[in-house]
Order: sequence, then structure tokens, then C-alpha cells
Amino acid sequence: MDLSAINPLILIASLMVAATPILLAAIGELVVEKSGVLNLGVEGMMIIGAVCGYAVAINTGSPWLGFIGAAIGGAALSMIFGFITQYMMANQVATGLALTLFGLGLSALIGEAYLLDRPPSVSELNLGPLADIPVLGQVLFQHDLIVYISLALIVGVWAFLKYSRAGLILRAVGESHDAAHALGYKVIHVRLMAIAFGGACAGLGGAYLSLIRVPQWTEGMTAGAGWIALAIVVFASWKPIWILVGAYLFGGVTVLQLNLQAAGLAVPVEYLSMSPYLITIIVLVIMSSGRGRASLNAPAALGRTFHASS
Amino acid sequence: MIRLEKRPQPSRTWASVTPVLAVVLTMIAGGILFAILGKNPVEAIRTIFWDPVFGEFAFYYRGQLLVKAGPLILIAIGLSLGFRAGIWNIGAEGQYIVGAIFGAGVGLAFYPADYWFIFPLMVIAGAIGGFLWAMIPAILKTRFNTNEILVSLLLVYVAEQLLASMSLGLLRNPEGAGFPGSRNLKQYEAASNSEIIAGTGMHWGVVAAFIAVILAYILLNRHMLGFQIRLTGQSPRAARFAGLKPRLLVVFCLGASGALAGLAGMFEVSGPAGQISIDFNSGYGFTAIIVAFLGRLHPVGILLAGMLMALTFIGGEAAQANLQLPASAIQAFQGMLLFFLLAVDVLSNYRIKIGKGEAA
Amino acid sequence: MSEPLLKLEGLRKAYPGVVANDNVSFQIAPGEVHALLGENGAGKSTLVKMIYGLVRPDQGRMTFKGEVFEPATPHAARAAGVAMVFQHFSLFEALNVAENVALGMEDPPKQRQLARRIREVSENYGLPLDPDRLVGDLSAGERQRVEIIRCLLQEPKLLIMDEPTSVLTPQEVEILFETLRKLQSEGTSILYISHKLEEIKTLCDEATILRLGKVVGECNPREESARSMAEMMVGQELHTPSRESEKPGEVILDLAALSVESSNPFGTSLRNVHLEVRAGEVLGIGGVAGNGQDELLAALSGETPAPSDAVKLNGQEIGNLGPNARRRLGLLAAPEERLGHAAAPDMSLTENALLTGAIREELVSGGFLNWPRAQGFAEKIIADFDVRTPGPGNAARSLSGGNLQKFVIGREVLQRPVCLVVNQPTWGVDASAAADIRQALLDLAAGGAAVIVISQDLDELMEISDRFAALNEGRLSAPKPAKGLTVEEIGLMLGGAHDMEMAHEVA
Repeated sequence: MDLSAINPLILIASLMVAATPILLAAIGELVVEKSGVLNLGVEGMMIIGAVCGYAVAINTGSPWLGFIGAAIGGAALSMIFGFITQYMMANQVATGLALTLFGLGLSALIGEAYLLDRPPSVSELNLGPLADIPVLGQVLFQHDLIVYISLALIVGVWAFLKYSRAGLILRAVGESHDAAHALGYKVIHVRLMAIAFGGACAGLGGAYLSLIRVPQWTEGMTAGAGWIALAIVVFASWKPIWILVGAYLFGGVTVLQLNLQAAGLAVPVEYLSMSPYLITIIVLVIMSSGRGRASLNAPAALGRTFHASS
Repeated sequence: MIRLEKRPQPSRTWASVTPVLAVVLTMIAGGILFAILGKNPVEAIRTIFWDPVFGEFAFYYRGQLLVKAGPLILIAIGLSLGFRAGIWNIGAEGQYIVGAIFGAGVGLAFYPADYWFIFPLMVIAGAIGGFLWAMIPAILKTRFNTNEILVSLLLVYVAEQLLASMSLGLLRNPEGAGFPGSRNLKQYEAASNSEIIAGTGMHWGVVAAFIAVILAYILLNRHMLGFQIRLTGQSPRAARFAGLKPRLLVVFCLGASGALAGLAGMFEVSGPAGQISIDFNSGYGFTAIIVAFLGRLHPVGILLAGMLMALTFIGGEAAQANLQLPASAIQAFQGMLLFFLLAVDVLSNYRIKIGKGEAA
Repeated sequence: MSEPLLKLEGLRKAYPGVVANDNVSFQIAPGEVHALLGENGAGKSTLVKMIYGLVRPDQGRMTFKGEVFEPATPHAARAAGVAMVFQHFSLFEALNVAENVALGMEDPPKQRQLARRIREVSENYGLPLDPDRLVGDLSAGERQRVEIIRCLLQEPKLLIMDEPTSVLTPQEVEILFETLRKLQSEGTSILYISHKLEEIKTLCDEATILRLGKVVGECNPREESARSMAEMMVGQELHTPSRESEKPGEVILDLAALSVESSNPFGTSLRNVHLEVRAGEVLGIGGVAGNGQDELLAALSGETPAPSDAVKLNGQEIGNLGPNARRRLGLLAAPEERLGHAAAPDMSLTENALLTGAIREELVSGGFLNWPRAQGFAEKIIADFDVRTPGPGNAARSLSGGNLQKFVIGREVLQRPVCLVVNQPTWGVDASAAADIRQALLDLAAGGAAVIVISQDLDELMEISDRFAALNEGRLSAPKPAKGLTVEEIGLMLGGAHDMEMAHEVA
């Protein structure tokens, strides 16, 4: 086994890239859950985003239009979920699962035509002298635009929730939809907007996979990233900064095990591939076993159906 | 303005009508989807739903129906118990895989001996495999309060890697010229799950599915445990007041659904599929979720829903062959079916009222 | 006479099956404290929702400050100058006081400025509040303050208060009344909804009495007697429960040093509770909501485990036994929340009868359920307790509050308990059903059982208890004989004004 083949700087840089899709999906889902809705359909929205982004990018030749298309696709799909859970008052867990299954099927269908194409490439942002700083330059300043957008989103969501009136209303709706309704706030509208935001973010995350990280379209290419994103929201105790930590941690594990495989570590490949999932489970256990801690931060109305009965 | 008003009683008539309504709506929406794909919608719907049962080659297709329905029903029955209680086992696919690995492992360990008890041992091993895999989320939930949805789901991915590892390593056929995959169990008499009545596709897995339906019906309607399952899903506080032990219920529901999924996996690997290979699992664990909801979590409903879902698979294959309809269209179709069902289900608890709205 | 502030003429509102308000008319002058009296179900809530813009009247007219008043939403009502403090608070436990106040306002100032204003206004009106505290950590009386401050910051002309004193001790009620009087002196009118006659006589200038949706009387409470107002409210001779005073028998239930953590992060834990109840005795436990009532019931029913020697029934240690084991021994309980805890809303009455009756009524054998027997038991409850329902196959949620409560209490009483604990037995129940329930409890005690009644309704407790104790922040006061207890003593047992500071000298 040749460990010297692993360059730590490249490792860190590539973990940021690996983490970005999950980070995007997770920060979107955090907003959704803060409004009191549990959307298990993240995997479905991500993969729809992946295929939509891919298709739009190939047809228009512009990867940026692809990303916009992905966000719209993810948001549109999430609206089906929104309609069924908010207006038809269906069970959120079941509907989220339906969203995932439908998303996987629909994306495979759309992707049929594109299996062999290559998307237009996305280059890294040219940040000039910043990129030339030794060590830090390579790690932090040689990424593509989406990585920076994802970091900006983390800060943006944090500020929104903590300081803005709209963020306060969102949190209130997630705490007690009955009280919010009694005060005259439009619970369903707020939740639908949150769900659409979550869908757009998940779509972006999926498109990052198909347009930048891989970049290719394959059926089922998200491989559980949506579920990892859901786990990270729990890990983060619904706080944006911890989403960053969680996503990067997961990205780190993924990238590390790939590197170890390449370096010839004497452990069968399949067991290394299992490791990110196993580690996520262990982290979930640690987070939930603190008595009441995780539940204290969970929005109190999470997953409960709202029926306006004045 | 259209409003929804809660009914004083859940409506029993609507509860049976909603699945039918959902199927009809899906056929319409599916037809539109097929039309967009450039296929004649009526012909497509007919190929999928009518031909396999009544058409020219129906004698071939009908047998396949039971083959596909068996595992779906078996897994869905197990899932429905948990779902009713609000215990979400989403990792049935993983339990299916591990059950298959255990079952095949036991069978292959005896190769090439020929004892009557090999097959029964495999059955037990399959159930135990699925049970153990489901115990992981169960224990994590009861001891650490960890969300079973995420744990059981993540374990599916782990199980898939385990499957690949087994196909390439421990269970690989030594006489297989280096190709991945185990011996073919169909060719190993003592371990094979062959058709009981030729041509009908009825193998022991199908028999097990029917038995499961009957047992689940009795459990839910006549037994205290079934009552507690129904109660927990509706009113967890009332269930605790009635003396129910939540941990026991979690272990029972996850364990039972894991065992049933493991059984389904074992019957499949020793029957229709034949061997442990990297792509052995075909998504039954996930499709069974749709079957469970389509059947309204009711044993008889699941029986019917399983047959219907099997029909969409068979019909889908026929449509693929005859109309060049892509396989993923069927998957999208099945997802749509679940959506429509969930949406229409509101009518069993709420009435539609058209009138002047209040401040909402 | 000056122009009235609010004038209601001929208001009518009907729902399927019931006319909530029928031809209701009255008026409120500026600076007047006007009471709206009536029993549960008289139509007070609906009327007030119309004034606040939550519900639109079918017929009739409202004028506010001389102009036509038809608020389409609470927002519109607030903009016009109407503010309301609901009976059930619209507060968010995980958010702090300032955030809660901001959510209740149309256009709140920035956080820091808001915090300062909250401190000022709350001090000014004698209801001091710390803006940074989480609402979940506040007592019920303090939470009400948050609601009131929310209203006061909008400088309303009309303040509506819906059953405000149900969550306050007698001392806290005095503090509230001081605040209301100050508001009145500044020209704000108050619409005060209540069924507590003594309070209305103390505070209010005018009263309108509703019964079954209609106005049945208007009077000046200072000139009427409580009795005459009560008769107008109820419209009939009230059946006062009767009982014989017997010498109490053996100690049936014994709690010793019971300390249990609440399962709810915002709940109140029990601390060192000592209690003894004898056969044939009714022990009343009073206390404002949120002081450990739910936790006490859960510790007694077996839903929350306790050290085995902390709870003894007939001398036997049962602290670590679960609900069904306790049922076997004869200790039964009826929790406060009817739908969702005592009964499953979507299940039939037969299934709900099975919920707690399975053991004592022998409805299960070998794990298998005996449905015909369960149905028979449900039918007996329905017949004996006059539960109005088409049949035992109906879902629990289809029953009215009073009928469901009769079923729930009846279900426990018919199981011949050795000891019965009930929490808020007549909350939200109409007068005649409430009287029936109280009589059933007294009869049960007369038959030799030990009965514990936990209730916020002090009148009810004084009526039926032999001894009285108060639950305050998880501690139980030493029980005293109910006869001869003064309101002052009760108030002190309930904890005086606990952490609420007394009002400053108000001008």
C-alpha cells in the first residue's frame, strides 16, 4: 500500500467538491424542516435536478442554464409533494417516499436519451492572486462557482433564520402551526415556499453531480446522497453551521476511502465503500442518544399535519 | 371556494373506493405520459393491464404474475404492521438481501449433499438473516432513540455492498470460471425452490405470502398485539395509557417485517433468481412500500394490491418488448400510483365543501 | 350619552347542526369594563371571534368608533384597535418573549428596541417580563402576561379577554385586575368573558348574559347577586350534588417522597410528594395548569415509572408497575386530554371501552380479544351514564365534549375501582353533564372507593372534596379539611403569586 500517493491538500480540496451536493440538499431540507415539514423526497428531487440540469445543459450548451433548469425541476417536483401534504393533508413520510420513487423513475425515463452524451464543461473560477497563496490557495480558492454559492447559502440561511422577520415567521410556523394560524399567518403558504426552496437546493445539488463532479448522467447516480443529506440535518441539530461541518465530514470520509482504495489498502473494496454509510449511522446514534437534546432543537410541529379549523 | 371539513367518523365506503379511484387516475395520467413518449396511450394501457391476463399469450404471463406478486405481498404484509404503528421500516430491500445471503449461504454450505432438511433450514436462515438486519435499527431506536427511517435506509446501501462482496468472495462459485456469482441454486435439487404446480409460478414463497396474509388478518383484528399496533399509529398517548410497551412493539414490528423480507429474499434466490449475484436485488423492498399503501395497510388489500403491482411489472415487460416502452416508465408509473393514492385518501377522513370560506 | 365604542346589532352565526349566535345585540362604551357571561357552549367564543375577524357573521351589523366594522381578518381587527387575549395562548415555547411578542404584532420594531419597549410597558402596567426568557420556561400566569403585553404594545381601544383567570391564583387575579383598572382609567374598554360570577361582580361595570346563543339578560353586576346572574346563565335549578358524610376508612393509596422527572422538556417535575387517601374519601387537588397535574396523573396511572415504594396501594408497593398491572389491582385513572389520551378519537366506543377495560372486564383471553363482550361493556357505559350517541360503533371523535367525558369517566367507574384518580373531570363540559359526573364520583366514594380529583375549578373542588391539597410547581401542600377553608388560605396553598412580582404603585 502506498500512502504517499495521497496528497493531503488535494484531499481537502476534493472533499469540498464531494461534499457540495449534499451540503446544498441539506441546507434546503433544513429550511423545510424548520417550517415543520419532513420531506423524505430529497433523493428524488436531487436526481430530477441531476437529469434536468444535464438535459438543459446539453441542449443549450450552457452549464449555468443547466443549473437553473435543475433548480426549477427540483422545485417543480417538490410542489407535487407540497400539494399532497399541505392541501390533501396526506402523511408526510409516505408522500416523501412516493416522491423519491417517482423521482427515480421519472429521471431514468428522461435520462434515457442522454446516456452517452458529455455535458459542457464547467471551469474553475479564476480568483487571480488569491489562488496563488501556498496551501490555502489550493484548498480554498481554486473551486468552481457552485462551491462558493453553497457556502454563501449556509451563511444566508443562518442570517435569514436568525435576523429576518420572514425567518422568524418560518420558525414560528414550525414550532406551532396552530398558534401561527391563530395569529393570522398563512401557514400553508409559508410551508409551500419552504418546500420549493428545498426542492430547488436539492435540484442544484443533483445537478452538481451530473455536471461537475462526475460529470455524466447515469440512472440512480445520486446513490443515496439525498438520504445522507437528511441524516446531516439531524446531525446538525437544525443549525446551519453544523450542516457545513456534517457535509464536509461526510465528504471527507467518502474521498478518503476512495483514496485508500486507490492506494491499495488491504481491505476489500466493498467494505471501504460501506464505510461512509456506516459512519453516518454511528453519528446519528451519537446525536440522538443525548437525552432530549436533539428533540429540543427539532421544530415542535415537524411532520405533523396542519388543518385549518377556525 | 373549496374547503375540507373533517368527518365525524372515518368513512368506510370511501376507504374502499379510494384505491380504485387512484388506479383510474393513474391510468389516465400514465396514458398522458405514454402519449408524450410517443406511444399510443390506449394501446399501452391495454398492453400493460389487459393483455397479460386475458390476451393472446396470457397463459405465459399469468404464471409470472404469482412469481412477481409473491415477494411483494410477503414483504408488504410485514411493512404494513410497522406502518400502522408509525414505525417506518424503509430498509426492507436490505433485509431482503441479507435474508437471501443467509439462506443461500446455508444451502451452499451443504453442497452437494442431499438431505430433506436442507430447504427448511434455508427458510429459517433466511428469516433469521432479515430479522437480524432489521434488529439493527430496532435496537438503535429503542436504546438510543435513533430515527429508524434513516438507519434502515442506509443499511440498504451497506447490504448491497455486502452482496457484491459475497458474490465476489465467500459465496463465489468455485467452478464458475472466475465470474462473480454463486452456484445456481435452481440446479441444486435439495436447495431449490421450484414450482409446486407447474406453469402457475406458484412456489413456496407464494404459499408463504398467502399464509402471511391470513396470519396478519387474524393478528390485526383478533389479537391484543394487533389492537395495540393500530392504536399506537393513531394515538400514541392513548396507547401508552392502555399499557402498551413501546419498545416491545418496535422490536416486534421491525423484527417481523425484517423476517418476512428476509424470507422473500431467500425464496427468490433459491427460486426465480437462482443465484447470489451483484445485481440480485430488484427493488422489491421499495416497491413493497407502494403495495402496502395501495392495499391501505390491510391484509386483503395488500393481496389485491400485490397482484395489481405484479401486473404492472409483467405488463411493463410486455410493453417494453412490443412497444419499446422504456422500463423506467413503469417505475414512474408506480410512483404516480402512490401519489394519487395518498392524495385521494384524504376523502376517507374529510368531506369536500364548496362555499364561502372563512379567514384561513 | 357619549357614542359607544363598539355596537353589535342582530348578529347571527350558524354552523351545520347548531346556531352559535342568534340575534345578539349589545354595546360597550369607551372606558367600560363589560362582562360577557355564559356557560360552556353559550356562544361567547363565536361572538368574540366575529369581533376579532376570525369568523364572519351570517347576519347583523357591527360598528366600531361610529364606523361600520367588518374585519375580514384578525389583522384588520388589530389595525382598527381591537386586541384579544385568547384562553388558549398562541405562544411558541421554543422562542423567547421578545420573539413571541414580535410575532403577535403587525409591524414590530427592531429586536433591541422591542426588548426595551417590552421592559417599559410591562413594568408600567405591573406585569414585569424579561424579554430574553424562553416562553416554555414561563409559568401560565407569566405566559398570559406575554399575551397581554403583545396586545398593549398595539395601544388598543378595545381589549378582549377570554376566560383570563382560569390559569391564575387568587393573588395573581388581583394583580391582573389592577392592570385592567389602569387601562380603564386611560380610556381603553375591556370585554371580559367569564363564567366566574364573583370576579365579574368585583371588576365589571356592565354584563351581557348569553344562553344557547341568545342574549337572555343585561345587568349591572354590582347591583345583582351572584345567584340571580347564575340563574340567568343556566336557566334552571341546578342540581347540587348530594352526599352523606361518612367516616373515612382504611388508607388505600399512599404516596411517599414521590419525585419524578417530567417526560416533557417544558413540563414540571414532581418533588417529594406525600399523600394518603382513605376509603370513602374524596381528596381534591387544586392548582393552576402546568404545576405538575399531568405528571401526577401519569405517576399514579403507571405511565411514568417511579421507585417501587413511592406508591403503595393497600400496603402493596406498586411504584414500578405499569398501567395494566395497576388496573389489575384496582387503581384506575382518567387523564385530562379526552381525545388522544383517555380515548382514541378515530376508534369506536367499543374499541375505546377495550382500551382500559380489557383486564377488569375480562375482555381478553390468551391474547385474543372478545369483541362481543367489549361491545356489551360499551353499551352498558352508554346506558348507565346517559351518553348521547347512536351506538357503540361510533367513533369517539363524533361525540360532544360532555358526552365523551361521561363515557370516559363512566368507563372507569363501572370497572369497580378501589382507587380512582381523575384530572379535570368537567373541563369544557356543559353544566348538567358536569353535575352528573360529580355525582358519579361522590357515589363511587360513598361505595368505599378512594377518589382523587385534580382540578383547576376551585368551586368544584370545594363542592365535592372532603380534604383539599394544592399542587404548586410540582410540590403538594399538606392536605387540609375542605370545610371552612377561606379563599385566602387556598390562594396561599396554591403558591401565592409565586414568581410574579407584585404590581408597583399605580396611579
